[in-house]
Amino acid sequence: MNDRIKTNLKEDILWLKCSNCKEFIFKRIFEENLKVCPICGFHYRIGAYERIEMTFDDGIRGFKSLFEDIVSKDILGFTTSEPYSLTLEKNREKSGVKEAVIVGTGKVKGYEIAAIIFDFNFMGGSMGFGVGERIIRIFNYASQKKLPVFAFIASGGARMQEGMVSLYQMPRTIIAVEKFKEETRLPYVSIFLNPTTGGVLASFAYLADYIAAEPNALIGFAGPRVIEKTIGRKLPERFQRSEFLLEKGLIDKIVRRNEIRDFVSWWCRS
Amino acid sequence: MKRFAFDFENELINLESEIDRLKSIKQLSKEDSRKLEELEKIYSEVYRKTYSNLTPWNRVQLARHPYRPTSLFYINRLFKGLQEIKADRRYPDDLSLVCFIGEYKGKKTAIAGIEKGADSRERQKRRFGMPLPEGYYKFIRLLEIAEQLKIPVITFVDTPGAYPGIEAEEKGQALAIARSIQKMLFVKVPTVSFVIGEGGSGGAIALACADRIYVLENAYYSVISPEGCASILFHDEKRAPEAAELLKLTADDLFKLKLIHGIVKEPLGSAYRHPEETLRNIDKTLENALQEISSKDVEQLLKERHQFFINIDRNINNLVK
Ligand SMILES: [Zn+2]
Repeated sequence: MNDRIKTNLKEDILWLKCSNCKEFIFKRIFEENLKVCPICGFHYRIGAYERIEMTFDDGIRGFKSLFEDIVSKDILGFTTSEPYSLTLEKNREKSGVKEAVIVGTGKVKGYEIAAIIFDFNFMGGSMGFGVGERIIRIFNYASQKKLPVFAFIASGGARMQEGMVSLYQMPRTIIAVEKFKEETRLPYVSIFLNPTTGGVLASFAYLADYIAAEPNALIGFAGPRVIEKTIGRKLPERFQRSEFLLEKGLIDKIVRRNEIRDFVSWWCRS
Repeated sequence: MKRFAFDFENELINLESEIDRLKSIKQLSKEDSRKLEELEKIYSEVYRKTYSNLTPWNRVQLARHPYRPTSLFYINRLFKGLQEIKADRRYPDDLSLVCFIGEYKGKKTAIAGIEKGADSRERQKRRFGMPLPEGYYKFIRLLEIAEQLKIPVITFVDTPGAYPGIEAEEKGQALAIARSIQKMLFVKVPTVSFVIGEGGSGGAIALACADRIYVLENAYYSVISPEGCASILFHDEKRAPEAAELLKLTADDLFKLKLIHGIVKEPLGSAYRHPEETLRNIDKTLENALQEISSKDVEQLLKERHQFFINIDRNINNLVK
């Protein structure tokens, strides 16, 4: 089973070895290819700012991050080997982002959009209060400024360290989506990245007008290990992958990383 | 007969068995009848000790107790003239989620419940209360009927979670839950939810986005099962009792966090020992809740329903030091 994708390629100086096809690839070409293996097409996981850099006109400089001061706090006093507040600090240092989602605005091929970009490196892209609140704010903002919304999802689901407050982000974000749909005649498009699971998939992410996914992304409500434990056998290889979901009618399209700018701008055209 | 007992109930259950055994003897010896008298004397004290100061984990255990009344017990007793709503019209009926139109105090009402089943054969048939996507789509159908008839919706939640299986994933479990939450948040009639046993994550909230949300005293409502949380945090499911403590999943904690509207009391010893009293408490709570919300016009009702969820941060910020 190819469940967990090794995101870090073993680094030589100039050459990298693809953990999927085991071929050696030139590092510069891999970077130019938006961290997709030029030989097998395997899409490697990238952080929110890498995504922003390769998606927006002028990259990061062309992106305005909003509601940065909204972050999760330790509401429940959730302390195990360390307090949750320390876990948050560590994740901020590790990932370079303050929350598991970045929201903001920028231009793609000249079209202004509002964007939701998850960072899986921050606590597995999990949704707690900070993530939910940022999503609500950006939908309201997009509604006021009349901008289409594009959501790049990469999430393991709800953040357990905030207990039921996390689960309540499901209805909260859904209310925000519905308000946006009521107040504008603009598209809301989701792009499922690897992985998109649990309470994020089962709330605002799946209620987009159109749903695309990057190739071979893991997409599902329950995690593969939970399902295997319940049914007592191994799952088929392609189960819960983008191509499988497309076949089952659960998503609209598979979009390769180098097609994303064209895809986004198509939806912006009137 | 060996009775079912959780660890914390052991002393009490053994005592009850011994009392029953002595009582079943026709001709008690003097010694035995003195023993019976003594055991009966300490009985109430042991009973009180067992069920006072329950830990969050004890409440999770009681929420899962095999004798605990399930949704159909309350539905059959609270409502009259039940007409069952079957299936979502695309797939055969999902028996883990039951839907009805019935009468509550003489008024038509829509009713949904996640049903675990009362015995082991039933439990198999009802997948231990773990709905499939078609169960949630049936519930959406019920909400549409309620809207058409302009009648309130009452839900009973008791599920370890939505079913995690191949078939469920292939039919879009995540979308079914998202749609169910969406429909419940925007349905143009009054809604009341009771978490009566297990409130397992996404599978539970799909039926619990109501105008009034109540959790029974020994039920729980949680983002993840204590076992699931323990296996992630400690790589050890057996540490679920610690996880239960951390997750703040009891009715009491949720009420303090202002994430629910109220707690339905259970008599000492919990609903499985006192189903009738628990039923009466639900009845009273439901009657009051409907009185509060039935007179509101639809716009106000929806506004307040949404505000309750959107404004949780106000309450939370007050709690964070
Ligand atoms: Zn490769």
